[in-house]
Amino acid sequence: MAEKKHKLLEVKGLTMDFGGLRAVDSVSLEVHEGEIAALIGPNGAGKTTFFNCVTGIYNPTKGDILLHPKGLETRRLNGLKPNKVTEMGLARTFQNIRLFSDMTVLENVMIGRHCRTKSGIFRSIVRGKAVLEEEQFIVESSYQLLEKVGLEDFANEFSKNLPYGAQRRLEIARAMATDPFLLLLDEPAAGMNPQETSDLDQLICKISTEEQIAILLIEHDMKLVMNISNPIYVMEYGKKIAEGSPQEIKDNPKVIEAYLGEEVDA
Amino acid sequence: MEYFLELFLGGTTRGSIYALIALGYTMVYGIIQLINFAHGEIYMIGAFVALIVAGVCTIYGLSGVSILILAGVIAVIYASAYGYTLEKIAYRPLRGAPRLSPLISAIGMSIFLQNYVLLAQTSDFLPFPRLIPEFAFMEPVAHIIGSPELVILVTTFITMILLTLLIKKTKVGKAMRATQQDMSMARLVGVNVDRIISLTFVIGSALAAIGGVLVASYIGQVNFYIGFLAGVKAFTAAVLGGIGSIPGAVLGGLVLGWAESFAAGYISSDYEDVFTFGLLVLILILRPSGILGKARKQKV
Repeated sequence: MAEKKHKLLEVKGLTMDFGGLRAVDSVSLEVHEGEIAALIGPNGAGKTTFFNCVTGIYNPTKGDILLHPKGLETRRLNGLKPNKVTEMGLARTFQNIRLFSDMTVLENVMIGRHCRTKSGIFRSIVRGKAVLEEEQFIVESSYQLLEKVGLEDFANEFSKNLPYGAQRRLEIARAMATDPFLLLLDEPAAGMNPQETSDLDQLICKISTEEQIAILLIEHDMKLVMNISNPIYVMEYGKKIAEGSPQEIKDNPKVIEAYLGEEVDA
Repeated sequence: MEYFLELFLGGTTRGSIYALIALGYTMVYGIIQLINFAHGEIYMIGAFVALIVAGVCTIYGLSGVSILILAGVIAVIYASAYGYTLEKIAYRPLRGAPRLSPLISAIGMSIFLQNYVLLAQTSDFLPFPRLIPEFAFMEPVAHIIGSPELVILVTTFITMILLTLLIKKTKVGKAMRATQQDMSMARLVGVNVDRIISLTFVIGSALAAIGGVLVASYIGQVNFYIGFLAGVKAFTAAVLGGIGSIPGAVLGGLVLGWAESFAAGYISSDYEDVFTFGLLVLILILRPSGILGKARKQKV
């Protein structure tokens, strides 16, 4: 690649131990501006643990997680609380759907928006003009987000009443509502049918190009991964075993071995 | 019929107070699954602060209603500070500990606060000035409902409407609901969960203090031990309505108030507590999740 792209996320030698179990073993990874990077690997490889470390749910045992927001100073994310990490511009979704099921679709998105607003607890109770305007702005921008993911018609439904694929898209909309520059998606296509998967495929590309949000995704759907992401990182037993373009990954014997088992000489 | 109406309104008054305190239990339970046993003590402290403020105000020669309002406001501020501190020192360090630990801590705080007031004040019942005046316009219906009851009903009603608006309409209300439904997810969408928990304690304590001031000036006396029974009854109300559910707390409070009032009126006032706790036993047997409570699905 000719021009050097801005590095947004830099993870160096990340290690996470649970007692005697090393779930993630010195994994390094980078996500650059405009990229859709993928993290793949067999079940139990430590991918979700890696995400949990980066988003502040776990405090990693070793290693550095550095965030380089454009035009701002570098921030080290180790040990920060998840809401701080979110404020810094990194959002995520989960493998299993975790919407606020007793809230409406619109409210789910609005709550993500709130971390970007200025009014504190007191001012949001004693509602001045500025607060009301801000609230209006939040409602409007939340509607826009819902339009982007194609859920504007469901805005006032309870999120638990949405069909599965729509719930997934709502999760992405909620994550985007926090105004991130980097989005971590944990198995966004899990449980989707082929039609929904291809819609998702387009949605992710759209987010990447139109919203200028870099994406790091964990996914088991190889078609989706190979279609849209570059570079791809492969993990197995907590270790990174390969990285590269989709073609390089397809041809990498180590990756084939991890997925299909070792070749036996007859 | 008039007797029935009197009992009904008396029960509603009582019930609305239970509801006010029960809201504190239910909100805290909803958000961190903790039964805050020290909640009744916050109510008692609210009443004591109001007594002290009323005493000082009387010296300066203020009149009934203005004392009531001033005492109420100061009691709310004071009790909120207690609630905030309570959460900070007794529950926050135990976040993530097994559920029994904060429960024990809550019981400890309850005993501590009772004894603190016992030592700082006295073990005797102290007379509380009747701050709610008799309104002239209430004269014709005074045999059914008195002015204090009316003031209590109106105050609790307004308080509950404000609380509903806060939870349904504002940004912090939304954050509170999100935290209740999924705490770690709320964190990930940028909600400062610790602040929201503190706020829940502050709001719950403020409601309890309002209840404390109203009841104290209605009954006319306070003592360090009043928080215990009020707390247990409000807890019963919260369980009755379905703990964790805000409309449930209000409904549970009212049902409890009516049950007590009718039991006292038609059977014997000696048995009113029997009915309260009999109702609790019944609900625990027949519908453990409460009237409006949802059975919590355990994920396997």
